[in-house]
Amino acid sequence: MKDDKLLRWVLTFYTALVFLFVFAPIAASLVFSFNSDRFPTIPLGSFTTDWYVKAFSNPEVWDAALRSLIVSSVTAVIATAIGFSAAYTDYRYDFVGKKAFLILSLLPPTIPLIILALAMLGWLSMFNASGMTISIIIAHTVLCAPFAMAVIRLRLNQMDPNLEPAAWNLGASEWVTMKSVVIPFTLPSIIASLCLTAAVSFDEFAVAWFVSGLNKTVPVVILEILTGNIDPQVNAIGTAVFLVSITLVVIAQVLVLRPAKKPEAA
Amino acid sequence: MAEPLVVFENVVKRFGTFEAVKRMNFEIREGEFLAFMGPSGCGKTTTLRMLAGLEQPTEGDIRLAGKSLVDVKPHERDTPMVWQSLALFPFLNARENVEFGLKMRGMDKPARRKKALDWLERLGIGEFAERDVNSLSGGQRQRVALARALVTEPKILLLDEPLSALDAHLVIRMQGVLTKLQRELGITFVYVTHSQSEAFAMADRVVIMSKGEIAQIGSARDIYRTPASRFVAEFVGRNNIFAGTVNSAGNVETAAGTFTLDGKARPGEKVSFVVAADVVSLATSKPAAPNVFTAQLISEEFVGSMVTLFFEAPGDTEIKVQVQERSLEGIPREPGQQLFLSFDPSHAHILKG
Repeated sequence: MKDDKLLRWVLTFYTALVFLFVFAPIAASLVFSFNSDRFPTIPLGSFTTDWYVKAFSNPEVWDAALRSLIVSSVTAVIATAIGFSAAYTDYRYDFVGKKAFLILSLLPPTIPLIILALAMLGWLSMFNASGMTISIIIAHTVLCAPFAMAVIRLRLNQMDPNLEPAAWNLGASEWVTMKSVVIPFTLPSIIASLCLTAAVSFDEFAVAWFVSGLNKTVPVVILEILTGNIDPQVNAIGTAVFLVSITLVVIAQVLVLRPAKKPEAA
Repeated sequence: MAEPLVVFENVVKRFGTFEAVKRMNFEIREGEFLAFMGPSGCGKTTTLRMLAGLEQPTEGDIRLAGKSLVDVKPHERDTPMVWQSLALFPFLNARENVEFGLKMRGMDKPARRKKALDWLERLGIGEFAERDVNSLSGGQRQRVALARALVTEPKILLLDEPLSALDAHLVIRMQGVLTKLQRELGITFVYVTHSQSEAFAMADRVVIMSKGEIAQIGSARDIYRTPASRFVAEFVGRNNIFAGTVNSAGNVETAAGTFTLDGKARPGEKVSFVVAADVVSLATSKPAAPNVFTAQLISEEFVGSMVTLFFEAPGDTEIKVQVQERSLEGIPREPGQQLFLSFDPSHAHILKG
């Protein structure tokens, strides 16, 4: 019993350490975003919201924020639609080359981002489609669709294989069944996928930096401010970005981890 | 005479090279309770799924009320089904589940709501109408599934092992509910099960299937008393099977003894015959009856007031005897006990094939 207690303490301590390791830099960024000193040093200066004022009065930041918002929401919708179709295809049909189809459709996140970014830039340039907002959307959709598929597939795998036939059996055509059975059943995962892909797109730097040209997204702007000089504005922007992303990810996690309701035992 | 409600004509179903259903011909009469029974993989569920349109027959024709179903999509057939997994829609409550079929038929909201509630009431779960289906008990969910299938007032209801997930006491209750409903509605029930007790308790006619073929169609009584083949006799279980050669006097010489079958066997023939477990008599001393043989008691098994005794007769012949527990008074029942067993020649049924 005593050992159990000791083990619990050790595990708790270890978990706390992991969280500290992950969140310390973000917490530091948050703290310094309200610090009046120009350089991030201890002891801290006085409390200020100047950096937020400065950051949000910069039209370039607003411009980038608006673009990031458009890119991430459009990407989320398209990637989720593609991800849903791929997941449903996997759930419903058996065909020759299905394994290859699955590997290909889950491949993009395993490609190093720099390689994907370079390839995207080269490819989009061939159609004179680089350096535009739509370029970022196309590239991000490629990157995000596999996440959408993975999330929706998880939910579809919990669906009773007789649920669709039961709907047909009661007079619903395949399209009506899609609308009135499959989509309602997978809705939590669809919303989770929208949040998750939006967050991935909102945060993504490498691909956006390569294909965006002059149409910068928030992460690209942060880097540009940083390369000029050390400016605590970055902490303010970073904190705002973090809050947006973490909110989306938490919503996604809650929806994905919530299990399909199991009937009570007979 | 009008054509029966359902006709299967030379129906074959192959999955790749596997023949799940081999050239089936049978009819389902209007208003009957028909049960398909057989071991798993015998093709009974495939047969039901073909009727619902969830599988297409590879060959042959299926007609419902005189109309060929072969090119009719599942949602255009009026063949509602109660599923083994129930397949209730988890994102809808009990009433909305029942309304689903009516909604698909374009019935307006107040009408379908009323009808759904009527059916839930009829099945005794009216008070749970607005409950989430996942919060209902197994028996209640079963009734929602039944209401959902019956609400459109079909001519035929398909049931695919609907009771297999229920506790034993609920199974008996639901059997009562099902037979009562079927009598009241007068519609045809087609019921698939691997459970002999369910099939025999409810069905007017039972179809025994084996390896994609119909082994026998008949009433529970016919199948039990006069099984068509060794497979059926063994599958039904409560049968004793004897095999032997008919001697010149017309008696069958088996390992367990020589028996007279009242001239039902021709001399020289090799025959198998069955004697049901509940027509074998027991005695401690040799009775003055035909067809007496001795056997050694191995074990016994109780089901309610009935007891099944397992014996071994000469030649490793396994014998089952089913009697009322009360009737065993005065008969010693220690394992190893030798007893005299006998049966009347009229109770022996000769197997074909």
